[in-house]
Amino acid sequence: MVQSVGTNAPRLDCHDKLTGRTKYLDDLDIPHCWFGGVVYSSIPYGRIIKINFDPSFDWGSVVTCTFKDIPGKNNTVFLTQDQPILAEEYVKHVGEAIVLVAAPTKEILSQARSHIHIEYAASVPVLTIEQAKDKATLISGKDNILAQYCINKGDLDVGFKEAAVVIEGEYQTGFHEHAYIETQAMAAVPRTDGGLTVMGSLQCPYYVLKTLVSVLNCGADRVNVRQLPMGGSFGGKEDYPSLLGSYVALLAKKSGRPVKLIYSREDDIIMSTKRHPSIVKHKTGVKKDGTLTAMEINVEFNGGAYATMSPVVLSRGVIHAAGPYRCDHVRSTAVCYATHNVPCGAFRGFGVPQTIFAIEAHMDKIAEALGINPLKLRAKNCLKLGDTTQTKQLLRESVGAAQCLDTVAKGCSFEKKWQAYRRQNQAARGKKNIQKGIGLALYMHGGAFTGSGESVMKTEAGLMLQKDGVVRVLTGCTEMGQGAHTVLPQIVADTLGIPLKCVYCEVPDTDLVPDSGPTVASRTTMIVGWLLTQCAASFKERLFEFIARTYRVEKTALKLVRASFVSGSKRITDFKTAANDYLSKVGELKVIERYKLPPYIQWDPATHIGDAYPAYSWAADVAEVSVDMDTFEVTVDKMTIAVELGRAINPVLVKGQMEGGTLQALGWALMEDMQIINGHPQNKNLQTYIIPTARDIPDWRVHIIEEPFSYGPMGAKGIGELPLDGGAPAIVNAIYNATGLRITEIPVTPEKLLRQCAKL
Amino acid sequence: MKVKRKIDLNGKVTTITASPVARLLDVVRGDLKLTGTKEGCGEGECGACSVLLNNEVIDSCLVLFGQLRDGDLLVTVEGLENKRGLNRLQRSFVKNGAVHCGACIPGMLIAATALLKHNKTPSIMEIKEGIAGNLCRCTGYGRIIKAIEEVV
Repeated sequence: MVQSVGTNAPRLDCHDKLTGRTKYLDDLDIPHCWFGGVVYSSIPYGRIIKINFDPSFDWGSVVTCTFKDIPGKNNTVFLTQDQPILAEEYVKHVGEAIVLVAAPTKEILSQARSHIHIEYAASVPVLTIEQAKDKATLISGKDNILAQYCINKGDLDVGFKEAAVVIEGEYQTGFHEHAYIETQAMAAVPRTDGGLTVMGSLQCPYYVLKTLVSVLNCGADRVNVRQLPMGGSFGGKEDYPSLLGSYVALLAKKSGRPVKLIYSREDDIIMSTKRHPSIVKHKTGVKKDGTLTAMEINVEFNGGAYATMSPVVLSRGVIHAAGPYRCDHVRSTAVCYATHNVPCGAFRGFGVPQTIFAIEAHMDKIAEALGINPLKLRAKNCLKLGDTTQTKQLLRESVGAAQCLDTVAKGCSFEKKWQAYRRQNQAARGKKNIQKGIGLALYMHGGAFTGSGESVMKTEAGLMLQKDGVVRVLTGCTEMGQGAHTVLPQIVADTLGIPLKCVYCEVPDTDLVPDSGPTVASRTTMIVGWLLTQCAASFKERLFEFIARTYRVEKTALKLVRASFVSGSKRITDFKTAANDYLSKVGELKVIERYKLPPYIQWDPATHIGDAYPAYSWAADVAEVSVDMDTFEVTVDKMTIAVELGRAINPVLVKGQMEGGTLQALGWALMEDMQIINGHPQNKNLQTYIIPTARDIPDWRVHIIEEPFSYGPMGAKGIGELPLDGGAPAIVNAIYNATGLRITEIPVTPEKLLRQCAKL
Repeated sequence: MKVKRKIDLNGKVTTITASPVARLLDVVRGDLKLTGTKEGCGEGECGACSVLLNNEVIDSCLVLFGQLRDGDLLVTVEGLENKRGLNRLQRSFVKNGAVHCGACIPGMLIAATALLKHNKTPSIMEIKEGIAGNLCRCTGYGRIIKAIEEVV
């Protein structure tokens, strides 16, 4: 049988993307459309005294909105509802929206924006975690805490008693910018029935809908949200479009016209969310042979002014804080603090890159303290089938950590090189211009929402039969470049037994598709793909009943193979004919089903104990670097990655995800230095916020390992976020191997290396 | 004030009338409705707006319409297909999985086309250099480089 799963089927959207036909929001010619813009806070914290509309400007030529124009509630609707759509009395961060403007041309818009002046009574802002802890100024609640968790496994005292050595370390990471190539972009278009279509570059149509219904104070039938092709997202368009969608909706309502709002790169960097800066402290007890006996972990995130996704980002971060290691006695505490910085939100990895950076840099420190090589230490402690994680989750199947470790290590002769570089570099210190090093990281990422989240979400998806045997996939899952709208049809095509070309995903529009949950959390392939296999089974069953009836054959003997219905060796009819017959004789064939979690999942959100995720994907990275000892420039020469993901639905897309995500990690580790000073982002364009170019890439080697997961489609698990988790520690560990300089705060800029070198 | 330019646009002689201080990017996307060319930063940093002007790759956000001369040769992504559909380079992008979100792709194809016009047999380093002005945040560049390498 012709299968699509497991092949490098070309993306279904690539032809249009390669010819310029794909219409992103800015490419749409919307008749009579006005241009929207935002006037935002220029101070990190203070009271708005007055909004001055300069009388020299003709205000009759434009439309403006303040919070007073909001018919419903003035806040986004997420886990917490603390973030206003438009500031009222106070502003809490630079870039917080105060006034919206829509104008018939971009020129008039720009003039209007520059004629609005905000008078503030500025206050002293709270900018760091330390200042937030001080509680002298309260931003959120009584303690400036946006979220906190504590996970306890075993007894730390017992664990530390068993230890021969206790090793401590502190690790820090900074703000991280998504830097999608297409900036935030949304439009609102009035419908003929008086309702509103809100569309644009967004990951989660139903999130935006939820906020719009509350902001506009209207029924869900008065507004529909449609996702358009997206020029990248990486989490950056998970929560932010709920704000931008509200802006365009308010402007369109007030002006009675379509309004398009596309951020300039500078506005995008100033206003949109970032990855949470972090401080992670480890205190670890180990036996002389390297066995981990106790792990005490403290995680602190800087959340910025509003909660956005912080409670769940922190939760996911702390669940992964002990890394892919077996240890009986673990206590992880985690707090996310509010500060007067731009809110931090979702960013590929969702808190995990920070905690994995810490544990993986720390493992190398432990290895050195014990005189064991980093590979052996990891191999000794890595989680295996039948082990439990720090949340006491029993690993029942599909645990590829050891295999990943073994594959990368063998793939690049890790031990041999690590020993050789260490010897050479110790001998040559200061005398060689270029010193080479090799570093390792082992990591995992839980797929899907945490705990029982997938049940709470009531995830739905479906299939609908079209004429001539075309099958339409009904899902709110969005295509943002990751390949979802190719991978999901591949899964459906194979489950049904029809060619891939007969399956396509409907445009994710809340009027057309059910709520499949947000396109986040590495959940689309594993959760929605699994649900679609269930839908396909029911869909096929309905067709079999029809064929059995029509052709008087035994239903149980029927199969759908290569788009033909067969009974034993006899071909009954083809899928196209059957589809047309079904539609004309029976009518619509539409199957919508709801996701059910694997039955064994037990989770206590209060203690964070239990089955945190249906399954983890596992990976190991080996980075090989050259450090220029004159300039302290670091070049990553080669990156070997092994990933265990259950089943690769489309291997070339998997490799693309692994390479692309790892390059984002490389940027975060070495060059992406988002400086926010006194609440003001300093690098407001791509000239000063440096992301990797083609010149910065290593030689990529990606190994795919498949250990099928019973509740994944064809055994598949998620990999969207995983690749961002491991790159940074592998690189930092390689820099140590090359130079003997242990940098615990990323990005590792040449300046930091120089300072560290001067200390020696 | 508007000015007129008679240029070769994607193989067709075309007369364009636009403000001389309009960005070429806005003329291409707005007046000519060729929206394949993207704006990523508006400051010449990302290369999403790359077009070929007289066989040289330029950032169309940094060139004003008035800088064009009659007889200039302008190629945008819409001009890359041949009679049979996707050209060799585009087909190689499909085969190698070089396309993810697609926002950088028109500019990337233009940069690669310019590179191959000037250097028929670029080395990997030369390919990297040739597309170093085009930012891609999705792919990790490896598959794009391979796609270009395979048509050499």
